Amino acid sequence: MDKLKQFFAFSTLLVCLPGAAYAEYALNLPFGVTETSQAVYGLHMKILWVCVAIACIVFGAMIWSMVFHRKSQGAVAKQFHESLLAELLWTIVPIIILVIMAIPATKVLIDMHDASEADMSIKVTGYQWKWRYQYIDEDIDFFSSLDAASNAARQVGSNIDPATVDHYLLNVDHPLVIPVGKKVRFLLTASDVIHSWWVPEFGWKKDAIPGYINEAWAKVDTVGTYRGQCAELCGRDHGFMPIVVEVKSAEDYAAWVQAQKLEAVAAKQIVAETLDPKELKHKGKKIYRANCAVCHQAKGEGVPGIFPAITGSALVTGDLSQHISVVMNGKFGTAMAAFKDQLSDLELAAVITYQRNSLGNKVGDTAQPADIAALR
Amino acid sequence: MATVTTIHEDHHDHDPAKGVMRWITTTNHKDIGTLYLLFALLMFMLGGAMAMVIRLELFQPGLQFVDPSFFNQMTTVHALVMIFGGVMPAFVGLANWMLPIMIGGPDMALPRMNNWSFWILPFAFAMLLSTFFMDGGAPAGGWTLYPPLVLQGGNGFPFMIFAIHMMGISSVMGAINVIVTILNMRAPGMTLMKMPLFVWTWFITAYLLIAVMPVLAGAVTMLLTDRFFDTTFFNAAGGGDPVLFQHIFWFFGHPEVYILILPAFGVVSAIIPTFSRKPLFGYSSMVYATSSIAFLSFIVWAHHMFTVGLPLEGELFFMYATMLIAVPTGVKVFNWVSTMWRGSITFETPMLFAIGFVVMFTIGGFSGLMLAIAPADFQYHDTYFVVAHFHYVLVTGAVYSIMAATYYWLPKWTGNMYNETLGKWHFWLSTVSVNVLFFPQHFLGLAGMPRRIPDYAVQFAEFNMWSSLGGFAFGLSQVFFCYIVYKTIKGGEPATSQVWEGADGLEWTLSSPPPYHSFSTPPEIK
Repeated sequence: MDKLKQFFAFSTLLVCLPGAAYAEYALNLPFGVTETSQAVYGLHMKILWVCVAIACIVFGAMIWSMVFHRKSQGAVAKQFHESLLAELLWTIVPIIILVIMAIPATKVLIDMHDASEADMSIKVTGYQWKWRYQYIDEDIDFFSSLDAASNAARQVGSNIDPATVDHYLLNVDHPLVIPVGKKVRFLLTASDVIHSWWVPEFGWKKDAIPGYINEAWAKVDTVGTYRGQCAELCGRDHGFMPIVVEVKSAEDYAAWVQAQKLEAVAAKQIVAETLDPKELKHKGKKIYRANCAVCHQAKGEGVPGIFPAITGSALVTGDLSQHISVVMNGKFGTAMAAFKDQLSDLELAAVITYQRNSLGNKVGDTAQPADIAALR
Repeated sequence: MATVTTIHEDHHDHDPAKGVMRWITTTNHKDIGTLYLLFALLMFMLGGAMAMVIRLELFQPGLQFVDPSFFNQMTTVHALVMIFGGVMPAFVGLANWMLPIMIGGPDMALPRMNNWSFWILPFAFAMLLSTFFMDGGAPAGGWTLYPPLVLQGGNGFPFMIFAIHMMGISSVMGAINVIVTILNMRAPGMTLMKMPLFVWTWFITAYLLIAVMPVLAGAVTMLLTDRFFDTTFFNAAGGGDPVLFQHIFWFFGHPEVYILILPAFGVVSAIIPTFSRKPLFGYSSMVYATSSIAFLSFIVWAHHMFTVGLPLEGELFFMYATMLIAVPTGVKVFNWVSTMWRGSITFETPMLFAIGFVVMFTIGGFSGLMLAIAPADFQYHDTYFVVAHFHYVLVTGAVYSIMAATYYWLPKWTGNMYNETLGKWHFWLSTVSVNVLFFPQHFLGLAGMPRRIPDYAVQFAEFNMWSSLGGFAFGLSQVFFCYIVYKTIKGGEPATSQVWEGADGLEWTLSSPPPYHSFSTPPEIK
């Protein structure tokens, strides 16, 4: 009786274990939320089982001979060393298996390449280290970076437990929003180095390469939030440029688009008035921390050899319009990015004023939003 | 045996010089082989130390120890050191020691060049490693050196390029020497199809080296001029093409991975028959399979680039070609298994490592086959699944074969038997830990963890912790390996010339250790 109980308890445990394990951490590719990802999952499982079957045969034969053909068991070696039949068999059978695998793989690949008849297009641009999303027909354009909570926790020696942060390293300030059930075409490029845009639930990743516009598409069938990361090494903060996609119902999506447009109008209405230097510096500090400090360091000392110091820099303490020009347009052939699309007139004015009058610099002048607008 | 001793005495005037000058001026294939092997061991431990830093930072989520840019330097230099400083020199060392003996020749054909090709290496690596102390640190753009990222490097960048040039020169000279030796120094009667497979696989590897190292040299030179002389080969803003670099790099890079594994096939094809007491199954098909793999290696490079946006036709071609590689590779595995089948097997340490090689290299081969399926690769690409894949083929593949070769030939080289109990401990510690290290990385990759990241989302924490623990244990096991090798060099039970009961080949006709000059009179080939 006890034995029987034990047996049942054990079997129940066996049945429950894999389920419990899956709940905590994934072992396998996600099944995904697009037809593409599900087709890819199918291919993955098929080839996996083919491998497992071949492994059983090969390792089975090895184990058999290791157990039964060992010298300590008194085995005497046969001296055969050739068999045309065997050689033909294990050349031809694998070829047949490969052809059987190649057919469905080809079909999926052809389907993935067909981005025609898309309902909408979004241009995705990789920057070091954030993503920019431009909705081609909607006049919506924004940047998406690692959210503040993750950013604080991921600093060396922050002493913040990542487990306490909501979606640590997989959360952004402005998620990409797309409608459910629509074929969305992604046009991928990069402004500085190569990045790669990957949301596992969609079933693919595609490189974002400067000078190229790559094409990929997704038609998501389920409303929800899907997360991914940059997959191509792109420098110091490669591990810190996540992707979040919110898939909304048609109504919610329409409402979101409307809200974006209102926000854009509001932003443009900021009058180009002359702002107080203190206010600019205060604003500028935040922007510096979020955009500049990663290379030029929080105190402006830079990193010798790769990232020049802000403190005492000839450029920063020199002519204002030169300074504005480098911040806006970047510096060709270096890691210095062009910020004119990433930041508004006000933000640029603020961060430039901050750099000139803080971090050990005391130039005394200010950059005003109007100065920026004049150079656009 | 008597003849061999006589040969030795005949050449008293050619005995090695004394002291350190022996090693600096040596033109003897055995001395140079020893230098290569010790250098490779040093680099293996150094690259391993960098891997320990990587695994330490990845032990738990959050950044505890290193800055992300230093982490990137670690992954980049770890790979460069292991590939160009660890595995390649180790195989060249084995080739130097064994090829002349295996074909019944007196030495390598070009002994002075042999000396030079070794002595370039310490300088090349001193230069590469010196970049850690320069402004901007060591290269951090990944060992694949993709522009534009690599062009953002600090002052170390040109030093890395020059170091790669020197490594390439060293490899090409080594390869020329191998080919010239095999074609000219074989004993009468040693026809090509009588050569041991280790000689064959090295012969083919040498051609691969000569074909692709100059391609790498060209690619890195273009990087150099892009950075310093305003060319724009890889800069889209100047009409160049960043993807062009990837094509050139992988045209080198894919044959390179076979450069790292073909000699391993040769080693395993020597060891399995010895300890199965049975001739190698399908010798000629092994030769043809190796040649097919070498040929195919030139037409599959873009499978490393499935996600760059190749045209559909290109993706289909490279997918089919890559899948084809499974066929000759499968033939080799089936042949090894058939060699063991109905043999009379014993499990000395070299055999354990050879069996470990076959099993775990095959696991790496399976994940390779999965990666060949282009649509699935869109998910696997640049994730820990790939990291698991190439560490299975390179660590439990290439490195395991080097370990196997060391235990197999160390008694021959030193004249002393290694301690079998310690050897077996080394095997089991390594094998358990290496699987704890790399197997969970398959799961991490499939679950969505990209490679080359210093920090990760919390759902990846469990497996990363396992992987790190396995990594530390594997690292310690290799310190143990160094101790075993040291102990064997210092002394041990004297080895017979046959060493292994079932061993067959010319190296076992010489004394252990062999005379300083091997076959001044060619041996008779049966």
